[in-house]
Amino acid sequence: MRGTLDLSRPVLFATVALLTVLILLPMGWLLVSSLLDKQGELTFGNFVTLFTDSSFLEPLETTLIISVSVAAICCAVAAPMGWLVARTDMPMRRTVRTLMMATLVTPPFVGAIAWEMLAAPNSGLLNQLWRLLTGAGADQSLFDIYTLPSLIFVIACYTLPYVFILVANSLDRMPGELEDASSMLGGSAWQTARRITVPLALPVLLAGALVAFLQALNLFGSPAILAIPAGFHTLTTKIWSLFQFPPKAELAAAASLPLLLLTILLLRAQSMVLGRRSYAVLGGKYGEPRLVRLGVLRMPALLLCLFVLAMPFFLPYLALFNSAFSRVASRIVSAETITLHNFRFTFVELSSTLPALWNTFLLATLTATIGALLALVIAYIVARKAMVGHRVLAFLATAPLAIPGIVLGVGLFIAYTRPPLQLYGTLWILLIAFVTIELPAAYQQLGSAFHAVHPELEEAGRMLGASRLRTLADITAPLLRTAVAATWCFVFVAVLRELSAAVILFTSETKVLSVLIFDLKESGDVGAIAVLSLVMIAITTVVVALANWLGGGGGRGLVRS
Amino acid sequence: MTKSKVTRRGMFAGSAALMAGAFATPVRGAPPEAQKITGELIAAAKKEGKATWYTSVDLPVAEKIAKAFEAKYPGVTMRVERSGAERIFQRIGQEYASKIYNCDVVNSSDAAHLIVWKREKLLAAWLPEDVAQHFPAAHKDPDGMYASWRVTLAPIAYNTKLVKKEDAPKSYADLIDPKWASKIVKAHPGYSGTIMTATQQLSRDLGWKWFEALAKQKIMQVQSAADPPKKLALGERSVMADGTEYVVTELKARGEPIEPVYATEGTPLITGPSAIMARAANPNAARLFYAWSMTAEAQQLSVDVGAMRSAHPLVKERPDRPRLADIKTLREDATAVADQADDLKTRYTRIFKV
Repeated sequence: MRGTLDLSRPVLFATVALLTVLILLPMGWLLVSSLLDKQGELTFGNFVTLFTDSSFLEPLETTLIISVSVAAICCAVAAPMGWLVARTDMPMRRTVRTLMMATLVTPPFVGAIAWEMLAAPNSGLLNQLWRLLTGAGADQSLFDIYTLPSLIFVIACYTLPYVFILVANSLDRMPGELEDASSMLGGSAWQTARRITVPLALPVLLAGALVAFLQALNLFGSPAILAIPAGFHTLTTKIWSLFQFPPKAELAAAASLPLLLLTILLLRAQSMVLGRRSYAVLGGKYGEPRLVRLGVLRMPALLLCLFVLAMPFFLPYLALFNSAFSRVASRIVSAETITLHNFRFTFVELSSTLPALWNTFLLATLTATIGALLALVIAYIVARKAMVGHRVLAFLATAPLAIPGIVLGVGLFIAYTRPPLQLYGTLWILLIAFVTIELPAAYQQLGSAFHAVHPELEEAGRMLGASRLRTLADITAPLLRTAVAATWCFVFVAVLRELSAAVILFTSETKVLSVLIFDLKESGDVGAIAVLSLVMIAITTVVVALANWLGGGGGRGLVRS
Repeated sequence: MTKSKVTRRGMFAGSAALMAGAFATPVRGAPPEAQKITGELIAAAKKEGKATWYTSVDLPVAEKIAKAFEAKYPGVTMRVERSGAERIFQRIGQEYASKIYNCDVVNSSDAAHLIVWKREKLLAAWLPEDVAQHFPAAHKDPDGMYASWRVTLAPIAYNTKLVKKEDAPKSYADLIDPKWASKIVKAHPGYSGTIMTATQQLSRDLGWKWFEALAKQKIMQVQSAADPPKKLALGERSVMADGTEYVVTELKARGEPIEPVYATEGTPLITGPSAIMARAANPNAARLFYAWSMTAEAQQLSVDVGAMRSAHPLVKERPDRPRLADIKTLREDATAVADQADDLKTRYTRIFKV
């Protein structure tokens, strides 16, 4: 029955071995280093420093404040907005939904830079406008972006879409019968919403809160851009600062562990919450949910949604376009002052632009290809229970979700700056980082796609004597073509915007676009930043559109950055 | 993980007493022979075709210098790697620890780095003719390993639209007046060599008490010394406590509302030496760029286009600002910076929280 050469087993084992090395090597080194001192002796000193030195305790506290606040804000905004879009007759529902998805295209650190242009206390465009309108004095300002509340606001802006999509999608799927029953029994629209819809949506809201909390917890770019000028650190920026001279990789390793543990705990909590999500909606076929009539509130509701969208979308893009065409970012471009100077500087004078674009393109292509293939093989093994220990494989493929980018960066740095694998300084180390980071999203996407393909076609192939690999290549993969292509695109986009691991791992020869933007930020070259950010967003938009056209959907590949 | 790394403090324990003047390091032997830019050197450089220049000079200026070099010697492409001097120092240490030799020519705004690199034998001895003939002794290494490619100052400055001339601060003491609260921008010694050098001079002459008072002013903390002048031009802050002079001059020449203040206590003086790395992958291109960058022609370009100061006596000062000789400067002491760098950063971070 079998072909003479069945490579299935070796390929499967190689996948498991590869995954184990990818994840366990950096994490193992992280753990080991956190217990060593500079001389390589065993010590708990790093943890003592971590939990007694106020320069670590304060960032820890700040990080928790930020994460909790971001989670609360996101839920408070995403819940009503998701409900308006999914369950009411608000005009332009689809547009609002699409625009919210489009904000996912903006990397959070670009959003933070744009908000700096908008709301820096003196030069911020919004503050200038406010002064113009109210005649307030030169040293008065409406907003100050360099504060903790503003940082929370900016992080919330770019975390909101994840929670919104989660809520809106789950409200789409929620059956209408229970609501119908309520209204038939004489409940008003509001009563129904309060008594039926909200309780049903509560688990997903909780899951959304956890997603938001995790995003905020592990974000590096936005705090680096807004917190440091204001004179405070978060845990991620503190870890990054430990790589200044003299580098303290051991302390960074120790400081990474709380982030890691917290993330693992929260992911456990999330899967418990999401696991219970369907508890209330058992049985039968469901009708289309009935739309709530908003009556006179239709327009106000839409205006409210557009107002919310202005925060992560309309306003930041206005600011970026303004700076890209302006000599001085704090002045509004006019017909007389418009200049292409920033474009010329970025593409003609700046000698690292083209190498960085090339590195980014190469890494994104390779990561997307390897990531999609690896995810395909793993998803196949798990979905078809193709080998003993497929559960372990599923766990390994999801585990990187629990590793914040900066923590992975630290782990990889320690693991690959020593023999036998001295990969630091090559694109390989970045490739490993990106594949590891993007694997969970790719795996989840393809995993769910496998459920849609009935195994009978594969079984037919196997019965006719094809090996597992051959059936996978000839039968399953073509059936999953669109899902694979969509996964490829989402991984590609996610790599474009990855900053937190890259900022630890790059060298002058292996700089990527996100790191270049971050570097320019440190020397204040705002015009070039605006140009490069717009280039990055343009590429992302094209690829996401491609992915949607190919039939993928949702923004799952973008979940981490 | 960094067991093998030599800390700056360790390197200089005990040797500080030997040092006098910014650049004095023990002479190893006879000074090397002065080198001309010969036809063979140019041909060899073109054969290599490229060189990588690690520098902390403001990016637009660095790219202009690199482009001028490429125009002069077509066939040699320059790759500029710009970051803060302290980052570059860290980067080179990290890259060398992993046996990565990307850097051909290095330029730092923290002269202490050159002393450390020389001791770690990372630098190549190569003495350009201009340096041998014209540069004063204080601006070149006796073993021909480095020379001051640039000289800069770290003055105070203010936005002339937001602050009237008569209200502008005149001294460092003025900056801790409560009226400047929330109005000051300042760069970071953990990133910028200019600021590291300035911090050493100011903490020596004014004491850390002054920094503690300044920290109470709710300053805006940026990284690069090139950034505070840009923040003034944006109108984001009214006054900069420190920052690099050439960006101030350049923005002012472009018509931005910015004016430097040379404090009554004196202004920090920062020399920015360049050197060729001993393990340069493109040694000839490195020599050519290094030698060219020290010529009167290239130095004049640094002054005219980059608004830097020059150690080359044949270079003419810009007419739009006071001559260096007429400005009261603080004494530079690279050895002390090398000796105290870790301590300076730690104290600074404790005071300013980041």
